[in-house]
Amino acid sequence: MDILQRTVDGWLDGSAYALVGIGLALTFGTLRRLNLAYGAGAMLAAYAGSWLFTRYDAPVWLIAPLVVGLAALIGLYVERLCFATGRDNLQDGATRGTVAGLGFDAREVVALASSFAVWMQLEQLAINLLPRHLNVFPSLAVTTEWSGGGVHVRADRLLLAALAIALALGLARWLGASRTGLAWRAAATQRTAAHLVGIPVVRQQALAFAVACGFSGVAAFAVLAIEGQVTPMFGMWVLIKGLVAAMLGGLGSIRGVLIGGWVLGIVEAHAQALFGAVGREFATYALLFAVLVLVQPRRRSGLLVSGAHDAR
Amino acid sequence: MLTIDGLATAYGKIEALKGVSLQANAGHVTCMLGPNGAGKSTLMLTIAGILKPKAGSIRFEGEELVGKSSAEIVARGLALVPENRLVFPALTVRENLMAGAYRRRDRGAIRDDIDKMFVRFPRLKERVDQLAGLLSGGEQQMLAVARALMSRPRLLLMDEPSVGLAPLVVAEIFQIIRQLHSEGVSIFLVEQNAHMALKVAHHFYLMEQGRVTFSGNPGEMSSDDVIQRAYLGQRRAA
Repeated sequence: MDILQRTVDGWLDGSAYALVGIGLALTFGTLRRLNLAYGAGAMLAAYAGSWLFTRYDAPVWLIAPLVVGLAALIGLYVERLCFATGRDNLQDGATRGTVAGLGFDAREVVALASSFAVWMQLEQLAINLLPRHLNVFPSLAVTTEWSGGGVHVRADRLLLAALAIALALGLARWLGASRTGLAWRAAATQRTAAHLVGIPVVRQQALAFAVACGFSGVAAFAVLAIEGQVTPMFGMWVLIKGLVAAMLGGLGSIRGVLIGGWVLGIVEAHAQALFGAVGREFATYALLFAVLVLVQPRRRSGLLVSGAHDAR
Repeated sequence: MLTIDGLATAYGKIEALKGVSLQANAGHVTCMLGPNGAGKSTLMLTIAGILKPKAGSIRFEGEELVGKSSAEIVARGLALVPENRLVFPALTVRENLMAGAYRRRDRGAIRDDIDKMFVRFPRLKERVDQLAGLLSGGEQQMLAVARALMSRPRLLLMDEPSVGLAPLVVAEIFQIIRQLHSEGVSIFLVEQNAHMALKVAHHFYLMEQGRVTFSGNPGEMSSDDVIQRAYLGQRRAA
């Protein structure tokens, strides 16, 4: 395989990473929170889809909206359980502290840790629902190949890339132009003022969280419909690939996650060609490490947060 | 217009307001003076529904506000220009103004009001597409006032609009307060700058350690006497 084909394959893989990263970027951009149960929620929703498909032979047109809706509902559950509590209670005394020179809010740590617990819970639920390792997912695979200039592209994977681009650009545009998008961006950086102008912050942020998780459902359905199967590794895959894509793109930036996913996919493809499957895994974590250590502490910015600091 | 009675607000065990009662009349500029830590900002945040009081009542045009959310309070015609301005730093000037009109659905009128804000605050117009976080302190204060006005309040609450600003900008802010008053907006102002505040106020209160300790009309005593009481301790008549 030549370099060009590898790059195109990496770009196609990267589009899937971008697709699963959109929801994480939205969660961080509008709530400044990291949802560790993100992948597990998508997995549970996909498992429910697989269960309905294998057990009741449910049609695809029913399973698709169901997976999306269920992922959003699970998101609402995670938000209520882990992220909603106490954020607006200014009267409960000091909860801020400092670790390694970075200021943090004790509630952020609690939210992160509890979303880890919910991750385990959701994953176990999925495995109890379908204990086998390999589960059939309704397949929409289109194996038609298009070629040009010595490069081969499968139709369904190109469609997935188009979906990633359309969703990311559409969401970014909607955030910039709509009244609800304005409310989410306002509450992201100046929560007290958002209350003062009359935005129902708690309700709007729960909605943002559910929508973000709904995007994970869209991504899960699109990716799995090409694969035709789902395994217990899917949740972890969604979280890691989505997180690296979102971080590379400048955590919180919706358009950036596209670039982040593509970079990750292309680097992985070349690493695999040069060093084999281990090289691919290594490339993923090396990129994540590089972003965490070299970029993020200095640049807490993205399209939504733009480096501006919350006054609180 | 606004009647507060026996208002008490606490942060955990620390009581910041210990039974505050006061009144702000329609068409007036009412002023609350007092030193740092007296509870002035706590009072404003409690009126705006951000902090929940332990006891007391806040009645606005006869309706009880205690227990209502800040969104419901804005909808009833009260808007707070908060201490330290709290503009939305990552939003543009125009988006800040649009956020101020969040409760309103009349899109055409919102656009007209934004244009009116640009007439009132020409400097905001020059910076319409800039991020609010990049504005100077004075510009941010103007934006915070304009954002509050976008909800078309009948009573404007202002928490130390002059703090941290250059004297010329402070003069400009008070010019805006006078102008708003002449247009019929009622104003409840918290200030440390007693000299400036007493020039625009019809009635003032003094606050110390969570209690209202004095009230009067600016015409009845010199601002030096007020400052003496507010910041240097009371001179007790023999």
